[in-house]
Amino acid sequence: MQPILADGNGGALFWELLVNGLVMGSLFALIALGYSLVYGIIELVNFAHGDLFMLGAAMTYTLTALAVSWFGTVTPGGMSFAIVLGLLLIVPFFCGGANILIDRAVYRPLRRAPRLVPLVSALGVSFVLVNIGQLWIGTSPLSLENKAQLVSDDSLIQMGEVPLKWKDAVVLITVVPVMVGLTWLVKFTRLGKAMRATAQNLVAAQLMGIGVERVIASTFFVGGYLAGLAAVVYTLKIGRIEYQMGFQNGLYAFTAAVVGGIGNIPGAVLGGLLLGFIYSFGGGYSQGNWVDALIFGVLIVLLIFRPTGLLGSRSREKV
Amino acid sequence: MRFRWFHLLLVIPFAFPFSAGCSGCNKREANTIVIVSSLPRTGSAKGQTDTMVNGIKMAIDEYDGKIGDFKILFQDKDDAEASSGQWTAAAETANANAAVNDKDVMVYIGPYNSGAAAVSMPILNKAGIAMISPATTATGLTKKNADNKDEPDIYRPSGKLNFTRVVPTDDLQGPIAARFIAEELKKKRVYVLNDNERYGEGIAKEFESGARKLGLTVIGNEKINVAQQEFGALMTKIKNSEGGPPDAIYFGGTTQSKGGQVAKDMIKTIPNCVLVVPDGCYEKAFIDSAGAGLEGKVFVTFGGQDPTRLTGAGKAFVEKYKEKYKTDPEAYAVYGYEAAKVALAAIKKVNKKDRDAIREAILATKNFSDGAIGTWSFDQNGDTTAQIFTISEIKNGNFVPVKELNGLKPSAP
Repeated sequence: MQPILADGNGGALFWELLVNGLVMGSLFALIALGYSLVYGIIELVNFAHGDLFMLGAAMTYTLTALAVSWFGTVTPGGMSFAIVLGLLLIVPFFCGGANILIDRAVYRPLRRAPRLVPLVSALGVSFVLVNIGQLWIGTSPLSLENKAQLVSDDSLIQMGEVPLKWKDAVVLITVVPVMVGLTWLVKFTRLGKAMRATAQNLVAAQLMGIGVERVIASTFFVGGYLAGLAAVVYTLKIGRIEYQMGFQNGLYAFTAAVVGGIGNIPGAVLGGLLLGFIYSFGGGYSQGNWVDALIFGVLIVLLIFRPTGLLGSRSREKV
Repeated sequence: MRFRWFHLLLVIPFAFPFSAGCSGCNKREANTIVIVSSLPRTGSAKGQTDTMVNGIKMAIDEYDGKIGDFKILFQDKDDAEASSGQWTAAAETANANAAVNDKDVMVYIGPYNSGAAAVSMPILNKAGIAMISPATTATGLTKKNADNKDEPDIYRPSGKLNFTRVVPTDDLQGPIAARFIAEELKKKRVYVLNDNERYGEGIAKEFESGARKLGLTVIGNEKINVAQQEFGALMTKIKNSEGGPPDAIYFGGTTQSKGGQVAKDMIKTIPNCVLVVPDGCYEKAFIDSAGAGLEGKVFVTFGGQDPTRLTGAGKAFVEKYKEKYKTDPEAYAVYGYEAAKVALAAIKKVNKKDRDAIREAILATKNFSDGAIGTWSFDQNGDTTAQIFTISEIKNGNFVPVKELNGLKPSAP
């Protein structure tokens, strides 16, 4: 039995866990944004979001398998770089498109129903997506590396004893520009302005001549796009997909969104990173089966003292 | 609401089961004896159970489905649900109850998982139906052990034995892995992980005590959180253990409890370490989920012999299997076959349609040699005396046996 806070190897463990936490936190943040965006605009907790993420991972796997069957064996290098770029282009659009379809088919007809109705429908959509995933990739977990090693296991930079691996770098290189881009989209574009207006007051926005349904569809697209992006980098880093993977990741991401203040974009990112660090340090410094208890313990304590989350305000400006 | 044509589509799935006829209600003749198997037929263990069921069918075919005046009918039941991808207590309970209520059922082959056995054993025990498991290995199902003082009596409410198995138990399998690490791989420092489930935690404990006896340094024995999707932080911690990274990790768990991910994360984080896993990972799905680069790094123990290593009747069985099913039998095919052969031999011996007599005949099996794995007996607990273990590595996406060890005889000093 290891004592808590044992560190046999100087400070290396701490820094390695810090990097790991940053990477996992970025992934949680990407998924959390999808929850937060949609909640911000129509106050719906889209429980199907985690499973949309799973479908993105399945798409990543299928496309990689397809690419391998076309080009033969793929090793890290030029060709794999092209495939990764291709995945980063296609999969987010697939997930974004799927999210628009889900909204159009399920949530939009219920727009004026009591709030509980779309919530329960979201649970239903989640089941449907899980079953699609099960038919698609089967019930056994699958490893991407059995198809192709797209990103090498080597270190990109070695900082003393602490490596930054290529797989971690890919996550950070993808996530940071996307966060910046999203902030720009919401703050400085016409669509962003429309989204903020709709979030503040849907009816008033409609009266001002904003095509509210179009704005909502765009929000679902952006949320789905981010989930797709997360799915690609997640699959590249973790390497194993499974039809049930959406549940746990979705739960973490939803928790991150709530911790940060659901409906708040910087909040979702902050919550995601915080969760990532708890996840990583919890796993590294205590026994692995305590991690969930730690994460949800923090959630409970935080909600007692700040019921609206770290950056949440009482439903004023939500997006 | 206006009628729309696609509303009809919603009705179809509900109408289907009723229109498809009733498959269960065809009348059987009075002299029919039913052998039922309850195995996870959907989900990630399907590869193993397919091959077991093939083995069972081959055994019954050898008798042309007839013993004395009795017709042998085989029912292939599923104790898994597609939604979970593995066995469920609900499905296993339903199978056991169906067997109890069907007066023609004399023998219950299965289950595959030790957890499932704990569920169905008491039900079948009360009805006196003999069980022969081709795969469950948890020690407590048949033997007294320190972890749970009530075992195995809680599985035997009638006070009589009805459970047997043709594979050796985890109190042998765990130490075998330790012996392999110490004597064959010549490693010194091990880290033990387990999935906090009945089978995994039990076998990890057996491994740990075996490892200590052999003088290995056990750095830690830790439960993983199986809900987690990856174990990067855990592996980072293990790599930075006091005194340096371990030479070997033992994972007590299954493919379903993330065995593949443990292998993947270990190879990424601690490249010079080897992983040894028990038979819960001895399935193709483990290789599919663990990814590439496993060669020489990951070893699997299995309580039995690999089909390629069988001789005599076993070799003949493998040939026949290949001829019939056009593929190589997986390791468990032989054990499905063996279980069915035991059942059929017992039915032949008593030549009666009587649950109690057949149960007693099965438990009294001694020096049995009609099957494919040589001569063995059931001991007083219903456990097999055949105790050969195979350790395999993974090459080109397949398990390749590297070593056979006998669970009772220690290897040459």
